[in-house]
Amino acid sequence: MNLLEVDNLHVQFPTRSGTFDAVRGVSFSLGRERLGIVGESGSGKSLTGRAILRLIKPPGIVTADKISLEGENLLDLSERQMRKVRGQRISMVMQDPKFSLNPVMRVGEQIVEAYSQHTRASRKEAKAKAIEMLEAVSIRDSERVFRAYPHEMSGGMGQRIMIAMMLIPNPQILIADEPTSALDVSVQTQVLSIMDRLVQERGMGLVFISHDLNLVSAFCDRVLIMYGGRVVETCRADQLYNAKHPYTQGLLNSLPRLDTPVNRLQVLQRDDAWMTDNPQLDDKPDDLTQPHISKTDAETP
Amino acid sequence: MSEINHVRNTDATTSSTPAIEIDNLSVWFGHGHDRVDAVKSANFNLPTGASFGLVGESGSGKSTILRALTGLVKTWQGTMRVNGHDLGKKRSKDFYKQVQMVFQDPYASLHPRHSVDQVLSETLSLHKFKNINDRIEKLLTDVGLGPQFRFRYPHQLSGGQRQRVAIARALAPEPSILLLDEPTSALDVSVQAEILNLLTDLREEQNLTYLMVSHNLAVVGHLCENIAVMQNGEIVEILSVEDMRELKSTHPYTQNLLQSSLGFVREEC
Ligand SMILES: Nc1ncnc2c1ncn2[C@@H]1O[C@H](COP(=O)(O)OP(=O)(O)OP(=O)(O)O)[C@@H](O)[C@H]1O
Ligand SMILES: Nc1ncnc2c1ncn2[C@@H]1O[C@H](COP(=O)(O)OP(=O)(O)OP(=O)(O)O)[C@@H](O)[C@H]1O
Ligand SMILES: [Mg+2]
Ligand SMILES: [Mg+2]
Repeated sequence: MNLLEVDNLHVQFPTRSGTFDAVRGVSFSLGRERLGIVGESGSGKSLTGRAILRLIKPPGIVTADKISLEGENLLDLSERQMRKVRGQRISMVMQDPKFSLNPVMRVGEQIVEAYSQHTRASRKEAKAKAIEMLEAVSIRDSERVFRAYPHEMSGGMGQRIMIAMMLIPNPQILIADEPTSALDVSVQTQVLSIMDRLVQERGMGLVFISHDLNLVSAFCDRVLIMYGGRVVETCRADQLYNAKHPYTQGLLNSLPRLDTPVNRLQVLQRDDAWMTDNPQLDDKPDDLTQPHISKTDAETP
Repeated sequence: MSEINHVRNTDATTSSTPAIEIDNLSVWFGHGHDRVDAVKSANFNLPTGASFGLVGESGSGKSTILRALTGLVKTWQGTMRVNGHDLGKKRSKDFYKQVQMVFQDPYASLHPRHSVDQVLSETLSLHKFKNINDRIEKLLTDVGLGPQFRFRYPHQLSGGQRQRVAIARALAPEPSILLLDEPTSALDVSVQAEILNLLTDLREEQNLTYLMVSHNLAVVGHLCENIAVMQNGEIVEILSVEDMRELKSTHPYTQNLLQSSLGFVREEC
């Protein structure tokens, strides 16, 4: 059984000039794999992640045929049950990491609290674990960071702290929204390998939202490409450069390249038809009887 | 460091005053065993109209340099000059007419209860602009947001839309120097291309000076002529973008950074 199945998800916001459809009928399934979501700014990537966790507040309206976690429809759960899902089974690293940390609490205290809640470890153990997690995400001076407040962290340090925190409950699914957008290559590699290990060794499902096409293509197994609130194409990650949809092609062409400098970057000529025409689903996403072979040739358990 | 002096000399080809001069700048936070020497004796110059990139490790002090320039950090020593004027501890309103900054963290830099309209009209009226209405529409169009976003609040915007509001706000006073902290890292590549083209055009039309932080070497390579590479508070190397492309660097950290970035792109494309 798939870990997660999302069927016909819609997110709407009432506005002065009528309803705004931010997510329009998104369906996908997630196995024990690395699923990338790419797409234009405003295309509904973050809202899709938040809707799965039922984090969209009124006046926003969320509907779906189902959002099921190992067969259990999250839409049927009470708010109380949902809190358990959020704390333990599905974690999300938000796009604005520092904003999701408590600004008046020291970084270390926050990790210790999250860890103790989950494991009933002693304070001493929890502290040792917190330091260990900070070091795992390549934080140099972990003792100082432990005592620091979130506003004293650099952009990339904030992101890494959030990732460390979200991994504490050992979730079945991690939704990571632009988790490495502020990281230099070497730290990024470190953080990705932590996530990768959890997918390979513990069978976690990873939803990896990113606008970094090179990264998604190299790191993920499968990619959903979103445009205007819909999934317009899905493909195997290593086939991203051969993607067919004109929007995906346009995205690829607007990348600056270190090895081939240009004066002006190509910009996307958007086409209204992309809002309505049928999506191209080339990778048969639901056919999980065929394991997705990733480029590392690692086996998905 | 000999390579830094070398590049500084070639920078001084224009005889006019540099837009930004940073001399022996050190910045620290905290004290005792929590003291962080975030920037250690940094040196670089930007002639007017230059575009200079700061790259390097996460936590190496890149944002701190920009924040010290805009007067957000008080604990520094050394010399910072903007258009020939020595900077002290305080910044005047006139300073912010010349120098604007786009912050790394757009959510934190926008007031949660101010609409896009309020954010932009406040900045515009502070700097005594007329036709505020028209200017707001033009700014929003320039950053690829239509007028329909004008009355939204930050929580009603996606990450990339917020970043574009922050860019519009920085452009509003028509500054001559822009400090850009990861300006496109929250943007998808199509919007990134539009913003980078806008920055290129603005620089051509108005001879703007850019100091840009980015961890994306392809973005820095596109917009900048020279880059400084930082590690652990120090500028370890300053090199031209041509040399960067040809992997001509002398410092092992830079070489490692270039190789992993280029290797990655070449292997995957
Ligand atoms: N509370 C809200 N009220 C009205 N519109 C909203 C609200 N929250 C989000 N939106 C709109 O929904 C659309 C999708 O937003 P979402 O945050 O999912 O985009 P995204 O794909 O994550 O973009 P980005 O890459 O810029 O982060 C955007 O156009 C955004 O302006
Ligand atoms: N207000 C502060 N109080 C204490 N320490 C701070 C403060 N601001 C920054 N620092 C520390 O200074 C160092 C440099 O931070 P800075 O934000 O300049 O890094 P950066 O190079 O921009 O990194 P990133 O790429 O991750 O954004 C970090 O160790 C950070 O913890
Ligand atoms: Mg988003
Ligand atoms: Mg920074």
